[in-house]
Amino acid sequence: MSAILGWFAGIGERTRGAIARLGFASRFFVAVVKASGSTFTRPRLLIRELYHAGVLSLVIVLMSGLFVGMVLALQGYETLVRFGATEAMGVLVALSLVRELGPVVAGLLFASRAGSAITAEIGLMKTTEQLAAMEVMAVNPIARVVAPRFWAGVISLPFLAALFSTLGIYGGYLVAVKLIGIDGGAFWGQMQAAVDWRYDVMNGVIKSVVFAFAVSLIAVLEGYDATPTAEGVSAATTRTVVTSALAILAIDFVLTVFMFRGSVNG
Amino acid sequence: MNKRAIDIWVGFFVAIGVAALFFLALKVGNLLNFKEERNGYELMIKFDNIGNLKPRAPVKSAGVVVGRVEKIRLDPQTYQASVRIHLENQYQFPRDTIATIFTSGLLGEQFVGLEAGGDTEMLKDEQEIKKAQSAIQIEKLISQFMFNQAQSGATASASNSGNASPSAGVKP
Repeated sequence: MSAILGWFAGIGERTRGAIARLGFASRFFVAVVKASGSTFTRPRLLIRELYHAGVLSLVIVLMSGLFVGMVLALQGYETLVRFGATEAMGVLVALSLVRELGPVVAGLLFASRAGSAITAEIGLMKTTEQLAAMEVMAVNPIARVVAPRFWAGVISLPFLAALFSTLGIYGGYLVAVKLIGIDGGAFWGQMQAAVDWRYDVMNGVIKSVVFAFAVSLIAVLEGYDATPTAEGVSAATTRTVVTSALAILAIDFVLTVFMFRGSVNG
Repeated sequence: MNKRAIDIWVGFFVAIGVAALFFLALKVGNLLNFKEERNGYELMIKFDNIGNLKPRAPVKSAGVVVGRVEKIRLDPQTYQASVRIHLENQYQFPRDTIATIFTSGLLGEQFVGLEAGGDTEMLKDEQEIKKAQSAIQIEKLISQFMFNQAQSGATASASNSGNASPSAGVKP
């Protein structure tokens, strides 16, 4: 009897913990947004963080985009050639990248490349009591440390996702047209006929903006909330990557259901 | 790294990010065509069967894309599919235009084909194309073919057996 009660108590405790964490995250989000004023009136800090989050992620995102596009074209060719529909290659590559792969893979790369760095940096600042020192000096650490990193992430990821898709389409073009020899006119023409800028491109951009908010919030929250020990920071960094990846995939599913359901049902 | 270099890099990053968004919108998404499409007019067509026609499928006349399928729903009174198409203003069609659902290739996408008639009056916004031909359903074609085949097979075997019976009688 007590074992069953204990089992229920375990579920209850976990549920309470999850709700409390969600509540803390939303209050933290509000606090960050409230403290964001100085980030935009004095953009010096923001630009420094944009450099760290955005510019330094460029190489990995651009290279991944190029290779994902090339592999997509090679694999797509295998299937399309069986139906004699290789001209639809442009559509296949562009739609997969713009709708799904661009925002999702760029988001995952961003979480592992920049999100983990943000968490580790803020976590270490907390461990070495730099955040406490700022508070002593009447400097709000959320405004000074957290908000610039948060907004840098929010601004960077949509650009990175767009660059990922662009490079991916270029990679697909290289393989499909230059390597396999599909007609270049058909590649671009079919793509332009099938991709709608509002329906496909804008929804992809909206996705990447939502992912940007999610990943940036998770990164700064885990860093700010890290246990101030060496293990605590390492655990927080791991949690950032894992939670971000799961959040991106879960949000992507929900957004896809709402955005693109119409085209499935006809 | 000094501040100036960081500024340059961030400026470069934002510039190519914006350029990528423009590339996606203009080159991939064909934003310019979309704008033309918006100031067009809409027509209704009723089909008995639309096959696999989907919203946003192209509307073609003589093979040229002149518009897109906007919306498809079932008319609850007639049980016909009511298809709403959006045409560009520069393309006007006579009132006796015939709308047909075609398939591009054997397994390709389906689209609405418009064949202009000879009427002097043109179709206006929200009017209906009265002459419509449904999609060809490959299942119906196959069943028709099989039926014909079976029928001709039956008559052939009947005449065969008619011819064969005397020879069978000759055989020991």
